[in-house]
Amino acid sequence: MTDTPNFTPSRRQFLAGAAVATGAAATGKLVHAQAMPDPAITEMQPWQQYLGAGVDAAPYGVPSQFEAHVIRRNVEWLTADAVSSINFTPLHELEGIITPNGLCFERHHSGVAEIDPGQHRLMINGLVDTPLVFTMEDILRFPRENRTYFLECAANSGMEWRGAQLNGVQFTHGMIHNVVYTGVPLRLLLQEAGLHGDAAWILPEGADAAAMTRSVPLEKAMDDCLVAFAMNGERLRPEQGYPIRLVVPGWEGNMWVKWLRRIEVGDQPWHHREETSKYTDLLEHGEARRFTWEMDAKSVITNPSPQAPITHGPGPTVLSGVAWSGRGTIPRVDVTIDGGITWHQARMSGPSFDKSMHRFYHEFDWDGGPLLLQSRAHDSTGYVQPTKDQLRAVRGENSIYHNNGIQTWAVNEGGEAENVEIG
Amino acid sequence: MLKSAEMMKTLALCTALVAVPGAVLAQESAAPSRDGGYGLGRTALPEEIAAWDIDIRPDGQGLPVGSGDVWTGEELFIEQCSACHGDFGEAVGRWPMLAGGFGTLEGEDPVKTIGSYWPYLSTVWDYVHRAMPYGAAQTLEDDEVYALVAYLMYVNNMVEDDFVLSNENFLEIAMPNEEAFFMDDRVETEFPLFTVEPCMENCAESVEITMRSMVLDVTPDTEEAAEPAPEEAAVEEAPAEPAADAEPAEAAPDPELVAAGERLFRQCSACHQIGDGAVNRTGPLLNGIHDAPVASREGFRYSPALAGAGDSGMVWDDETLAGYLADPRGFIRGNRMAFAGLRSQEDIEAMIAYLRAASTE
Ligand code: HEC
Ligand code: HEC
Repeated sequence: MTDTPNFTPSRRQFLAGAAVATGAAATGKLVHAQAMPDPAITEMQPWQQYLGAGVDAAPYGVPSQFEAHVIRRNVEWLTADAVSSINFTPLHELEGIITPNGLCFERHHSGVAEIDPGQHRLMINGLVDTPLVFTMEDILRFPRENRTYFLECAANSGMEWRGAQLNGVQFTHGMIHNVVYTGVPLRLLLQEAGLHGDAAWILPEGADAAAMTRSVPLEKAMDDCLVAFAMNGERLRPEQGYPIRLVVPGWEGNMWVKWLRRIEVGDQPWHHREETSKYTDLLEHGEARRFTWEMDAKSVITNPSPQAPITHGPGPTVLSGVAWSGRGTIPRVDVTIDGGITWHQARMSGPSFDKSMHRFYHEFDWDGGPLLLQSRAHDSTGYVQPTKDQLRAVRGENSIYHNNGIQTWAVNEGGEAENVEIG
Repeated sequence: MLKSAEMMKTLALCTALVAVPGAVLAQESAAPSRDGGYGLGRTALPEEIAAWDIDIRPDGQGLPVGSGDVWTGEELFIEQCSACHGDFGEAVGRWPMLAGGFGTLEGEDPVKTIGSYWPYLSTVWDYVHRAMPYGAAQTLEDDEVYALVAYLMYVNNMVEDDFVLSNENFLEIAMPNEEAFFMDDRVETEFPLFTVEPCMENCAESVEITMRSMVLDVTPDTEEAAEPAPEEAAVEEAPAEPAADAEPAEAAPDPELVAAGERLFRQCSACHQIGDGAVNRTGPLLNGIHDAPVASREGFRYSPALAGAGDSGMVWDDETLAGYLADPRGFIRGNRMAFAGLRSQEDIEAMIAYLRAASTE
């Protein structure tokens, strides 16, 4: 890291700062009185005098050195090693709806496959008229589409089934990213091979050492799935499946097979490891749901949150968050700052795409007292995001996956936020 | 097994819910299909399909001819799997547990294993064959996979020790937990509960905090996480140290420490061999590794990273071994040893004592 000043204050620093701000606010409406001239204005700064780097200093640009803390992070105790593991998107540092490529969370089962696109092939076999092999060049000659979708791991918020555990929105909700994909509709590739009448399922398979497989019903494959080769305008990142990945809009992230090398067409599901041992939802009484593909409507307040406390003291405050649904759009989000006694409709901002992340805001005057923040998403099918207790009443506490319950952050007088549950 | 008609019905239901007029924003008009296709791609050859089409289904589709017995499976398992999964599938550290957990699914701490949870035996065959051993996927012969699956059935109390599994009796086997699975029913069971217009005002008298995450304190510290810990930095500099320094006060190896190291070598034996008749496998043979130059085993294909460390003159002495065994990936970036690292300082000392003893034999 750099020794340069960081604008994200540490918890200790900002506590002192908050005390000063509170004092100023108490004296009247304005906090603007300035006793001493601000050296940031009166003193010459180096960047005002000396020349900066030339155009080619960073042929592939990177963020400002002052943003070095904006990174994916993992929780080491979750997995046995870093190869079959997961890290998390820093949601509290992001704006709008698009996740920058370098910040999209990663989940690999056998590490990142480094694939030479010249050596990559996509095969379609099984119940088809002609089993086919495509090179990358072939794939780029099909018509393409650009679509914005969220990808959420079914285990997002999975550590929170039994109660508040991880203290940061990055860790409780960061197994999600939202990206503009460019890809070929899977329908076109399947039509190219010609489907048999009894075709009902496909089995996409990855080229990595996990050879990831999932059964996907043909109806979904022919509807809105893409074989994507680009994200946010550039080729996929290796950790996101370069050179191609499957896009399965609105459905759990594990099905979006990365490093896609083969698609088999069949008449039955395969019941492979990732749809039996994993990604099935154990309910009470030992029974388990299978094929819970769609991601239910969900939202979370990203700011303030434990990693993004209120540092400015009382007065105008911006509450910001994201919401999404695997079944449509998000026309409405409700927020509360008093733990759900009174709710307000948040202001939606930015584009509203089907099965994409949505941004919401709620501006309020903070009185400096404790807050209990929650958000509640409504999707275009009329589904309303449930509380965690409502979910537990139906599913018990053993599910791991598909926890879309309402998140609560408790903010104290100092502006610090904590992951809590309320009742 | 799930019938596809039943599944389509549920899907149709979900689709119907989405199709509220005007509610779904079409992102753009669809890319055009073309009658007779685009004529792109080429026909896959039968040999190519055979090379890649390795999937197995519950109805036996894809299962190759072959067989294997529990005893052969045990030997293979101890050699290639127990380092991570334990001798009986009970798991080492945080690696996955493969056996036991019976009767735990309804309790507070469900243990989902092949025996307690998995609905189909075909899934075990398919997965072991496609993805294990971890870091050396698709190196097992078909008969070896049958034997390993037979052993996994045995440690899950499904068969006796004289059992032989083959493509012929495979479909006769039903898994104990198959009936516990049912199709996603959220549309019927949850939608009615979660589509009610919620309260907006005076929704509660008061609210209390019932649970706090700060009490648990399991969240990584994000303020310091980006900076390397000082000890790690020290370890990374160690390779420059010449190996000769360590020589003079060479004490006789502590036999207990060596024995402890030998037991720990289980964790390495999935990939490495050591002693008489050892050969290179997933990892290089480790005879005489102590004080040997890095990446110097005859005939082993090292990663460029490890080969580069060897070329730069790095030697496996106590310090470099300690650094590497604690954190293989962090110590030499880009090397290919798929091993998480030994957990404790005692284990590392024991392992080095054992490697050194085996080197002077
Ligand atoms: C180096 C450690 C290691 C070795 C050696 C190893 N495995 Fe694994 N095994 C893993 C990991 C890690 C996973 C989980 C991978 C993932 O996250 O997708 C796993 C998963 C499994 C699973 C699925 C477990 C579940 O509950 O879903 C089975 C079955 C399995 N291994 C069998 C074997 C067999 C058989 C061998 C020997 C031929 C073997 N493994 C060797 C590390 C190992
Ligand atoms: C999952 C397989 C695997 C496991 C388990 C494993 N290793 Fe390795 N090991 C490798 C591979 C592969 C290499 C070569 C790495 C490369 O080429 O980058 C290697 C390299 C090494 C080397 C360097 C050898 C040389 O010639 O330079 C040492 C020493 C070593 N391993 C020791 C161990 C010990 C001790 C253990 C157990 C505590 C262990 N390994 C566990 C796969 C493994």
